[in-house]
Amino acid sequence: MVKSKIKLQTKKLNVWYGNMHVVKDFTLKIPEKKITAVIGPSGCGKSTFLRSLNRMVELVPGARVSGEILLDGENIYDKDVDETEIRLRIGMVFQKPNPFPKSMYENVAYGLKVRGITEEKKLRLLVEESLKKVGLWEEVRDRLNRSALELSGGQQQRLCIARALAVKPEVILMDEPCSSLDPIATAKIEDLLFELKKDYTIVIVTHNLQQAARVSDYTAFMYAGKLIEHGRTEEIFERPKDKITQDYITGRFG
Amino acid sequence: MVKAKTCERLGFWAARVAILISLSITGYMLFYIISKGASIISWDFLTKPPTSGMTAGGIFPAIVGTLLLVTLAIVISLPLGLASAIYLVEYSSKESRFVRLVELAVYSLNGVPSIVFGLFGMAFFVKFLGFGTSLLSASLTLSLMILPTIVATSVEALKSVPDHFREASLALGATKGQTIVRVVLPAAFPGIITGAMLGVGRAAGETAPILFTGAVFYMRGLPTSIFDPVMALPFHLFVLATEHPNISKVEPIQYGTALVLLILVLLISLIAAVIRYRYRRKRKW
Repeated sequence: MVKSKIKLQTKKLNVWYGNMHVVKDFTLKIPEKKITAVIGPSGCGKSTFLRSLNRMVELVPGARVSGEILLDGENIYDKDVDETEIRLRIGMVFQKPNPFPKSMYENVAYGLKVRGITEEKKLRLLVEESLKKVGLWEEVRDRLNRSALELSGGQQQRLCIARALAVKPEVILMDEPCSSLDPIATAKIEDLLFELKKDYTIVIVTHNLQQAARVSDYTAFMYAGKLIEHGRTEEIFERPKDKITQDYITGRFG
Repeated sequence: MVKAKTCERLGFWAARVAILISLSITGYMLFYIISKGASIISWDFLTKPPTSGMTAGGIFPAIVGTLLLVTLAIVISLPLGLASAIYLVEYSSKESRFVRLVELAVYSLNGVPSIVFGLFGMAFFVKFLGFGTSLLSASLTLSLMILPTIVATSVEALKSVPDHFREASLALGATKGQTIVRVVLPAAFPGIITGAMLGVGRAAGETAPILFTGAVFYMRGLPTSIFDPVMALPFHLFVLATEHPNISKVEPIQYGTALVLLILVLLISLIAAVIRYRYRRKRKW
């Protein structure tokens, strides 16, 4: 089904919150340098699935994970794998823009400083590079030391993307990154996604179907914790095989 | 309809009267202390030791003593209290029995009368550990007394830091410790400082905890080590008001001391307010 190299792969992934079985037997291949969209009705487990991909799900008290998630063939849930190392390779952008209450510069440099990079010149360079990638450099270059909270919502979200890019991840997970943004800011983020997929593998959770259709190469439809259907985006949207997928995509429920 | 409006008007006036009463009582108290004490305050009063059997001279050693006591108390209790709060909020699961127990202990400790801390301090620090009646014993006793305040306010400050800051940091590959040091503590700083200053203010004003553990009515010169006893403003006031034979002569000194203590505590609150204000302005979320 999928021709390009597989970057990330889940095998029989199950996630529980206490007694709640949230993700059920999820087996999915995520191709490299493509955008994979995960769609499905609210509460179907999309976000939980996404958070299991960088082990953020482990932060929820009572969360349990079984099965495998292979990043370049290695299981990220293996006992000797350091989760901070995984999160460095698999970055994340959240639903609500969440810059730190620090300067724009400090925000983007954060992940680098945490990694022990302290050389000012190198930091400046990497911060500039990341901000350029998200198209924010020209807008903020002369006020890098001002608080990131002064920025508009859309700018904040692009700053958060720059912050994630700065540590040079291989995969970027996006959890409904445009749900709190206006249409213009959303369009900017979507344009950015096309740029980013040249270098990164992107998994985006969205319940905006048009967005999934516009930006993604592959789409996975999730319902009640299960992966119902997965394939090229055109196929899922034009010729869904499953009845539930069809009903969801044509707006019969959601 | 008319009835509801009348009721509302009545309630409004009741609230207004209540505010007026509490404000005027506070105002009168302040006015009383200032009018009785202001005349004696001078540079000499603030910088000279007492003379002639406490009927003349200043209160310099008591000011220094109080400053030493609260500084030492906060130096001891802030790290302890903050570390406990970090453990409670960041590292333990919120439902665990141990956390509930610690929280219960902290809140109960907050309700313990200060004289009980004083007695404990005497038994434990002065006698059992052999620190004697000293600056150290008194500061330790004070730090125990303000510890619950520090823990409770620090816990609140840490809890008020939104979880999405923690998530953003962890998602960037930071460890939990890095997240706490680099993101959570800076964001919680105004709240932590407020708690510390509340503790300092309380420690500065209390007499009972230092009564048997370190305060003396008079000493020559200032303490030279933490094992020396100290003079302190509230204790000075207490002795002047209750035990001095020459009431009319020491009365202005009494009120002067009260005024200085009041200003000191006010100043501490003011510093806390300024720090809070500056941080709040910079960091909104």
